[in-house]
Amino acid sequence: MSVTVRAVLNGRETELTGHPMERLLDVLRDGLALTGTKEGCGEGECGACTVLLDGEPVLSCLVPLVQCDERRIDTVEALAGEPRARAFLDRFVAAGGVQCGACTPGIVVTAWALLEREARPHVEAVRDALAGNLCRCTGYEGILRALVEEGPAESGEKAR
Amino acid sequence: MTGTDTVPAGERGDLGPIGTSPPRPDGLAKATGAAVFADDLAVAGLWFGATLRSPHPHARIAALRFDPARAPEGAVALTARDLPGFNGVQLIDDEWPILADGVVRHVGEAVAIVAAPTRVAARRALAAFDVEYEPLPAVLTLEAAAAAAAPPLAEVEIACGDVEAALAAAELVVEGSYRTGHQEHIYIECQAMTAWEEDGALVVAGSMQCPYYVHKALVHALGLPPDRARVRATAVGGGFGGKEDYPSLIGLHAALLARAAGRPVRLAYDRHEDIVATTKRHPAEVSHRTGVAGDGTLLALDVEILLDGGAYRTLSPVVLSRAALHASGPYRCAHVRVRGRVLATHTAPNGAFRGFGAPQTQFAMERQMDRVARAAGLDPYEVRARNVAGPGDRLPTGQTLDDSASARLCLEEVERRTGFRERWRRHDAERGRGGVRFGDGAEGRTPARGVGLSLYFHGAGFTGNGERRMRSPVAARLLPDGRIEVLTAMTDMGQGCAAVFPQIAAAAAGVAEEDLVFAEPDTGEVPDSGPTVASRTTMIVGGAIARAVSELRRRVDAWLAAHGEEPGPFRAAAARYVAAGEPAEVVVHHETPEAQRFDEERYQGAAYPTFAWGADVAEVEVDPDTYAVRPLRVTAVCEVGRAIHPRLCAGQVEGGTLQAVGWALLEEVKLEGGRYLNDRLATYIIPTARDAPRIDVHLLERPWEGGPFGAKGMGELPMDGGAPAVAAAVENATGLAVEEVPITPERLFDLDRAGRRERG
Repeated sequence: MSVTVRAVLNGRETELTGHPMERLLDVLRDGLALTGTKEGCGEGECGACTVLLDGEPVLSCLVPLVQCDERRIDTVEALAGEPRARAFLDRFVAAGGVQCGACTPGIVVTAWALLEREARPHVEAVRDALAGNLCRCTGYEGILRALVEEGPAESGEKAR
Repeated sequence: MTGTDTVPAGERGDLGPIGTSPPRPDGLAKATGAAVFADDLAVAGLWFGATLRSPHPHARIAALRFDPARAPEGAVALTARDLPGFNGVQLIDDEWPILADGVVRHVGEAVAIVAAPTRVAARRALAAFDVEYEPLPAVLTLEAAAAAAAPPLAEVEIACGDVEAALAAAELVVEGSYRTGHQEHIYIECQAMTAWEEDGALVVAGSMQCPYYVHKALVHALGLPPDRARVRATAVGGGFGGKEDYPSLIGLHAALLARAAGRPVRLAYDRHEDIVATTKRHPAEVSHRTGVAGDGTLLALDVEILLDGGAYRTLSPVVLSRAALHASGPYRCAHVRVRGRVLATHTAPNGAFRGFGAPQTQFAMERQMDRVARAAGLDPYEVRARNVAGPGDRLPTGQTLDDSASARLCLEEVERRTGFRERWRRHDAERGRGGVRFGDGAEGRTPARGVGLSLYFHGAGFTGNGERRMRSPVAARLLPDGRIEVLTAMTDMGQGCAAVFPQIAAAAAGVAEEDLVFAEPDTGEVPDSGPTVASRTTMIVGGAIARAVSELRRRVDAWLAAHGEEPGPFRAAAARYVAAGEPAEVVVHHETPEAQRFDEERYQGAAYPTFAWGADVAEVEVDPDTYAVRPLRVTAVCEVGRAIHPRLCAGQVEGGTLQAVGWALLEEVKLEGGRYLNDRLATYIIPTARDAPRIDVHLLERPWEGGPFGAKGMGELPMDGGAPAVAAAVENATGLAVEEVPITPERLFDLDRAGRRERG
């Protein structure tokens, strides 16, 4: 059994064919070699597979292909090509938001959706938005530094 | 949000990029999804593997058959009988079976492996096995293992002075027993490995901390000449020790399947399989008897450590060694005896996990210090300030601490920054002994608040004579275009050697970072500079890099001088040097300082070249109705020698502290009859951004002459301090004596109820 859905994937009209219940995550990674989207748990707990569906963050391990018809899908690869996102990504790296990088694409996608709604979110709003994205490396501090502008002292800067 | 900073340690001179925090070179590729992790690797003609695992903790395999007719076409299957050589994973020894042969010793043990054209087909192929198990009696807990009195997997004893006599003479003898549970690494990228044959060599590529460990295991089990096996690390999506030992096993499985199938095969675990099958932190029970003078001075420490090693020895002997060497904490005491054993259970082997035994024993020591404080009528700060070890003091092995001993500095700094003592006393007075009523249904009560203190240290680099034996080599060579290529086997699992190594090399050679290139960790290209473990990468390997590139610089400068040439830009000069056919490659070995001598039989001498030090203050709230503990803030003060890249260095402390807070409050591997009750991320809970406290990191620097630009190893250090500080804070808030982590609401409730029963 196979269906073909039409979606706008990373800004391009795309036909996606597969079993209707095939996970969007697998369609992206295995079918289209868009491996920026990661699998961390396969059950919607870790957020590593987050993509945007019509601009909203969703967990692609829980989204079957059949739900993607006539939808707009944006993956982390789209963000990479988005000029407005570049400054945010640079800030994210500079703030120490990246360590191992396995959770990073999902976090970056979730955070980008938040910043699109709210340019200068309060730290509690950031914690809420990111509560579905697990990171095991940073203690979330570097990630919060990247997203909350009014943070006090810059972490790790030398007191010269 | 966070107040991480550093306290400068006087004039630093011109150190170039040392002490600056440029964006990590792999950062943007990771943030845009371009970095290639183990399961992202594109390989033509790739097949997938799957693993048949034991459902029993201990059983005889009475029959094991594979019926190809029921399997997807072409599927290949391997059992222990099909192995071409020795059935053991070479680590310290080789007793860990590649595939169970006749007997299974833990739930999730690999019994057979298959490969098929797709992931789904590989899983279907598992259904073509028929296995008959005859269950055998199983030893499932540390308690049961101790009662069974089987020979331990490892044993150690450290002794100095006369503990019994000192205990007999002490005014106070304080006893305590402390327990810590399993912890899962939960690197976000699960274990994955791909193998194929290429140019007559077996290639294994995937997620690992130690390419040469995997290489050694391949050579040992498959009987290959070393140059016929090649191991390459992809981007590593988190390690924390979990990718020190286990990759050797999954790498062997992938290699065996690739050879049997005659094509590339990938094994990529899902989270469930990763939790069930892979190594974890050793559960521990640590008992203390402490002799104390009336003024709170430590007179005698008698410590007994039991670690649950799981089904196979793997790395347990060295975990125990580090556990024992840290068991008396950063304190001065003349009479110490530490005895430790690792006991076998029918559970998955426990192995390397950030801290490597030290978090378990320092949790116990720090809780014991709080108990000693109470017995002596001191506050937690006073008892530590009275006993803290400093320069000139001796550790139980006889190692005399040098000027890099900074425990007191950390202790005083964390007090200065948090006002711990005053707050601890206030909460203690507010609460009154046993005065807090929990769970009595009264409404509108505010949560109880508490603060807790911990003081800790962590030996940097391999324990004992490990570094002396390895003499880890690092290579550097000048390329024809005049750039310096540096070759090491170190992997960046997030900690940031991809950023720190270029800083060290640029500063040591006096060149720009653009003049440097770093080889990928591929055993076919790089020398065996040892495993990426034990807080050794920056300090040991970074030190060797500094020497190697300095030597190349010296050669080029000498050649220029000899030929009367102007120095000019380095790259152009180096290119001329290479073009002239001058020797362009250097291999430098790490040399252990003569002063660091350790007797591994008697446990005497300097077990570590130096230590990193830390002090934490944790603040918590405890809900009086639900007993839920909410960590509000952890302030960590760490002395690290020199922070090469302060942001990444602080990042290690931030992440390690949260991993410790998770271990203290949330993380629990629940086993029933040896089977997992929570083998998923929905049920094995690690902290989210909502659960995490604010983590304030303050780095102190006292450059240590043995490390590059003064740097000491520090990646594991923060794992030692978080749990005892949180436990102490819960105790300060509730008056309940917390002796075990994780401090779940259920455990706290039971503790409260037991206390009430005792009080009547």
